[in-house]
Amino acid sequence: MRLPPFQILLDTYREDIFRFLAASVGRVEAEDCFQETFLAALRAYPDLGDASNLRGWLFTIAHHKAIDAHRRRSRTGISMAELPEVGDSQEPEVPDQALWARVRALPPKQRSSIVLRYVEDLPYRTIGEVLGCSESAARQNVRAGLTKLREEYTT
Amino acid sequence: MNDLEQALTGLGDLSEAATSAAERFVGSTGTSVDIAYATMDSPIGVLLLAASPAGLLRIGFDNETDVLADLARRVSPRILEFPERLVEAKAELGEYFAGRRASFTVPLDWTLIGGFRRRVLEATALIPFGSVSTYQEVAGRAGQPKGARAAGRALGGNPIPVILPCHRILRTGGGLGGYAGGIDRKEFLLRLEGTML
Repeated sequence: MRLPPFQILLDTYREDIFRFLAASVGRVEAEDCFQETFLAALRAYPDLGDASNLRGWLFTIAHHKAIDAHRRRSRTGISMAELPEVGDSQEPEVPDQALWARVRALPPKQRSSIVLRYVEDLPYRTIGEVLGCSESAARQNVRAGLTKLREEYTT
Repeated sequence: MNDLEQALTGLGDLSEAATSAAERFVGSTGTSVDIAYATMDSPIGVLLLAASPAGLLRIGFDNETDVLADLARRVSPRILEFPERLVEAKAELGEYFAGRRASFTVPLDWTLIGGFRRRVLEATALIPFGSVSTYQEVAGRAGQPKGARAAGRALGGNPIPVILPCHRILRTGGGLGGYAGGIDRKEFLLRLEGTML
C-alpha cells in the first residue's frame, strides 16, 4: 500500500472538495471548512491504511467539517440556511441562491447525499461509502432530500 | 432529470476559488508538513529540492514525480509544494551556479544516507570547490581502501547532488567516471568550478 505525496491529493481533489463545501455550507463558510478538511486529512494521512479511495476519504472528512460548521453557526443563533426574501428569484427553475439556501437547510445526511449525487455526480454506492451507510440508504437520503426541496421549491 | 435535479448540478465554476483556498491551506500547515518541496531552473536543468524540518533532504534532476513518490514511501507522504521553506537552499544554489558561491551553509538532513554511503559522502563533502578526488581515495577515507567500486555505487545514490559534491570524484588517472544525473551534468559542474577546461 503506497500513499502518494499529499500534494497530489490537494491538486487532484481541491475542486471537488471546495464545490462540495460551497454547496453544503455556502461559499464564504467553505473557505474555513476547506482549510479544516485538508488540515485534518494531512494530519491523519500517514496512518491511513487504504489508498484505494482517497477522494471518498476526503469527502467523508469534508462532510464532518460541514456538520461542525453548521453546529457552530446554530450556536451563534444565525442559521446558515436562512432563506432570502421570497420573491428574490424571478424564475424558480434556474439555479439560484434560494435553492442553495434550502440545500444547506437539509438534515446533514440528506444534504451531503444530495450534494454528492448532483453537484459531484457520484453513484449511490460511493455516496454510501462516503457517509458510512448502505447504497439503498444513500438512495433514500437523496429521495427524501429531493422531496423536501421540491415541497419548498414549488411553494 | 427534472428541473430541480438539473438546478442542483449548476453550482458554477469554483476552480479559481479552490486554487486560492489550496494556496492558503499550504501556508497554514505549519509543523504538519514533513517534507516541503520546490523546483528551480538551473543551467543543468530543472532541480527538485525537498526539505524536512531538519534540512535539505533531496535534490532531484529529473522525474519529479518519481522522486516525490520515493520520498513518500521512504520518509513520509505528508509532502507539499512549499517554496517558502526552500528559499535559502534555492538562493545558495543560484549563487553557486552564478559563480558567486564556493560552499554551502544550508542545513542538510542525512536521513536517507546510511552506512558506507554515509561515510563516503561525508568524505566527499570535505572536498572543496575547485578540487577533485578519486573513487579510491574516498573509499579509503570511508574505511575501505579497496572499495573504489563500492564507493562509486555509493556516490551514484547520492540524494543531495551538487551540494554533496560527488561530481568532484573522478577515476584514478583522471577519467570522468560516472554520474547519476548524466555525465554532461558532471562535466558542466567541473567546468563551472574551473577543474576542467
